[in-house]
Amino acid sequence: MYNLNCDVAIIGGGPAGLAAAVAAKKQGAEKVLIIERDNALGGILQQCIHPGFGLTRFGEELTGPEYYSRFVEDAIKLGVEYILNSMVLEIDEDKSSVICTNSEYGLTCVKAGSIVLAMGCRERTRANIVIPGTRPAGLYTAGSAQRLINRQNIMVGKKVVILGSGDIGMIMARRMTLEGASVVMVVELMDYLAGLTRNRVQCLDDFGIPLKLSHTITRIMGDTRVTGVYVAPVDENKKPILEKEEFVECDTVLFSVGLIPENEITNKAGIEIDRVTNGPRVNQYMQTSVPSIFACGNVVHVNDLVDNVSTESEEAGKYAALYAMGKLPENNGAADMVTGNNVRYLCPQSIMKADSDEKVSVYFRVLAPEFNVKLIARCGDEIIAQKKELRVNPGEMNHIDIPVSSIKGDKITVEVIKEG
Amino acid sequence: MNKEIICTVCPRGCHIDVCGDANSVASLEGYGCKRGIEYATNEYLNPVRILTTIVKIDGVDNDLLPVRSNKPISKDKLFECMDIIRKTSAKLPVKIGDVIVENICGTDVNIVATKALG
Amino acid sequence: MNKEKAVVIGAGAVGCAIARELSKYEIDVVVVDKNEDIGGDASKSNSAIIHTGYDAAPGTLESQLVVAANPMYDELVKSLDVPFKRIGAILPAITEEQFKQLPAIKEKAFKNHVYDVEYKTGAELLEMEPNLNPEVKGGLYIPRESIIDPFILVQALAENAADNGATFMLNAKVTDIKTENGRVKSVVTTKGEIEADYVINSAGLYCDEIAEMVGKADYKVVARKGQFYILDKNTSCKVNNIVLPIPTKITKGKLMCPTIHGNMLVGPTAEDQPSKVDKSTSAEGLASVAADVSNLIPNVNLRDTITQYSGLRANRNPEGLNFDMYDDLKGYVNLSGVRSTGLTLSVAMGKYVVQQMMFHGAELTLKENFISKRKGIIKFSEQSREVQDELIKENPLYGNVICRCETITEAEIVDAINRPVGAKSVDAIKRRVRAGMGRCQGGFCGPKVIEILARELGVSTDEINKNNEGSYMVTGTTR
Repeated sequence: MYNLNCDVAIIGGGPAGLAAAVAAKKQGAEKVLIIERDNALGGILQQCIHPGFGLTRFGEELTGPEYYSRFVEDAIKLGVEYILNSMVLEIDEDKSSVICTNSEYGLTCVKAGSIVLAMGCRERTRANIVIPGTRPAGLYTAGSAQRLINRQNIMVGKKVVILGSGDIGMIMARRMTLEGASVVMVVELMDYLAGLTRNRVQCLDDFGIPLKLSHTITRIMGDTRVTGVYVAPVDENKKPILEKEEFVECDTVLFSVGLIPENEITNKAGIEIDRVTNGPRVNQYMQTSVPSIFACGNVVHVNDLVDNVSTESEEAGKYAALYAMGKLPENNGAADMVTGNNVRYLCPQSIMKADSDEKVSVYFRVLAPEFNVKLIARCGDEIIAQKKELRVNPGEMNHIDIPVSSIKGDKITVEVIKEG
Repeated sequence: MNKEIICTVCPRGCHIDVCGDANSVASLEGYGCKRGIEYATNEYLNPVRILTTIVKIDGVDNDLLPVRSNKPISKDKLFECMDIIRKTSAKLPVKIGDVIVENICGTDVNIVATKALG
Repeated sequence: MNKEKAVVIGAGAVGCAIARELSKYEIDVVVVDKNEDIGGDASKSNSAIIHTGYDAAPGTLESQLVVAANPMYDELVKSLDVPFKRIGAILPAITEEQFKQLPAIKEKAFKNHVYDVEYKTGAELLEMEPNLNPEVKGGLYIPRESIIDPFILVQALAENAADNGATFMLNAKVTDIKTENGRVKSVVTTKGEIEADYVINSAGLYCDEIAEMVGKADYKVVARKGQFYILDKNTSCKVNNIVLPIPTKITKGKLMCPTIHGNMLVGPTAEDQPSKVDKSTSAEGLASVAADVSNLIPNVNLRDTITQYSGLRANRNPEGLNFDMYDDLKGYVNLSGVRSTGLTLSVAMGKYVVQQMMFHGAELTLKENFISKRKGIIKFSEQSREVQDELIKENPLYGNVICRCETITEAEIVDAINRPVGAKSVDAIKRRVRAGMGRCQGGFCGPKVIEILARELGVSTDEINKNNEGSYMVTGTTR
């Protein structure tokens, strides 16, 4: 077995891994190694050729490749090392070695002072949401289709129905249209748009693609290739109203029905998983329940903006470097984050108490859309942070900054309360 | 001529009713802030978009070069530009920002590489 | 003298088992199938169980063959390298009424010569199966009920037959069978005509249509649909045994069991339908699976499903497994009514058919150089680290993991394409090495599998099918 040593090993060379690597290096870690399964760095952004990245971080609108290229440049300048075409099989029982395959070196063991999980997420499938019907060719997740079209020079179909109004679904509607396919409609189960309004305008409205809110695909038809789908409106319980089912002809169906953190390696390593986010539970250092293992980006919770991923990953990289150097702040006990009214999950899931004037940005999603709300964080009876928001929406991440020094108890509850 | 424009400046997504003719805006209703007025006016008079796609690379079958317009292009020129891009192929090596198609369709906009390759 | 030739119609488990058995003898064997891959119909969508025959109708051919087949697997899976586990089945009685049925079931097992069925108390069953409905009153344990990889069973039989000279003609639909002077003469397919001294109809769902070609269709095939769920390996509620419901007068009911690869399988429904091609799942069918199985395993978590599918059992009317040879049509063998026990009994049927052919005058001599063993595709993920390291050094394609959910390497996929009766489609790859069989259902590996298939087969990507002709995966290039 080929052996490599480093201070910080980072699993995944996408936006999360790259930002973590750069931050670890800046923090003083001597040897930082990214382990990437693809043949290039950049992760999913390699196929996200559309603009919309980097507005908060760089103040300009970049495409996916432009965004990650900036991090790759920084990483190389700082001397971050990386191995490509290397699939991590598992983290060894010692919790400090990563076992991966590599065609050139053979099976490889990377021994590290600390490990950062940055594997990203995967797409939910047609089967996850149990859409009945046949199993013909022509069913793709939106991301797989995006990869084929933008990276592999392969066109997936000519007449397309898209299920799910998330950003990837809408962006693929525009992409397919520009490449000459006809997108018949975008079908959305909820009564509101899952992605950004901007994408609705620029990806659907611009091309006259109908958006069917409160509808779903009830059946998939076709024995060899898809011949069409049945689409029906849903009632208030999201049950399809079958009397109103209609046949829609198409040869391709794209599914943009949600993302799930990719946590095979995390599970195998015995790291505690949050049942709501499906990612590892972390504290403000992005440290998991295994002290030598940190995590960041979509492996922890699915983000809407890569800019947030970069920021959060820099924290992971910084503290992973400190851990490897034996300089992580000492453990004074932690307070658990608890979801209150209209809060689906909170990340980080706990905050380590410290005598510090730092603030921890706690990210969360709401359960239901609401206007004119107050976000409140309570520790015991005391309100330790609050802010007003004009509008909250499950599709858009919120955050609230909590001063670490204000944490006295063992629980912090965050809630979203309608005002007035 | 009346047109309903959904503002994309912030996540609120105000529906703004714009009234006017081909060259000027007469009135706007439903905006939430000043930025909405500006957005809706531009969107009414001359809607423009950044175009992103990919081009073929000379002599390479299994990889593609992602490209973008260096400035927004008038919305109704997008398909015309795509026809040109479809016939274009890039020569390696390229750097980010290298011009792949100059002054595409007479729009004074260049199509540039968004990835370094080769 | 020219060698005699046998044409087996249908490359399912039964057809492949017959071909393998025949390939032990000096006779040319050709297997024809309308599908692009072997095991493309009922053999690919079933509950993947090797039964004991405890519940068959005593005295029938089906009982005889299933009971005979079960013990054959211990040796067979070793020589042919097929994943197989004797995990056992339990039959819990949840209600008092069900409890009263147990003696009759045990008696029937006895009549089928399945003597190792045992009574278990409710407490014993709960210890064996902690997720069982705690209301359980007691039940039966059937130790030799087993699980298998049904795809690999078919592939192993076919590959071994091919290694011994059998040929497989796929994508070839039989359109006619010619006869002469009360003997079969040839089989006409969409890919040409094959001279035949023997024709064995093991066409499953279509065996009545084949029989019709020689005027022997005194029955009709009735397709009985079964819908299933497959659950993630990490699902929150698992079982250790095959958990069977007490059958009602109408149906054998819906079960839950582990698959050989560690997923959970839940189903099936039993719905008779006129169509032999409609393999769609339905909201009602899947809902009935959910409702019934939760009586047995209350915490079953169907939200952890990674796929749902349905298969068609080739029942017949009048019912029952039938084997027929005819005095007025020599050389013709007709199998019909091969249904849910078909997978299990396939290997016994192979032997039965050949012996019956001999009884009917076939003169078959054993080959001297029969190859009895077959090596499967090496599973990279199941090797020790030392072996994994060696494999990559010998063949760098082992270092390239294509399917992340099941950890399948490029070398395994290439092997699946290039071995005898190799894979030519995305589904054929999936059934041979499990790429795309995991929780992301090919989202990650699908695009790469298309490219590997095109490269290895020397065709363009738009010629790659999901399975049969017409199931094209992609429509061309972007540029």
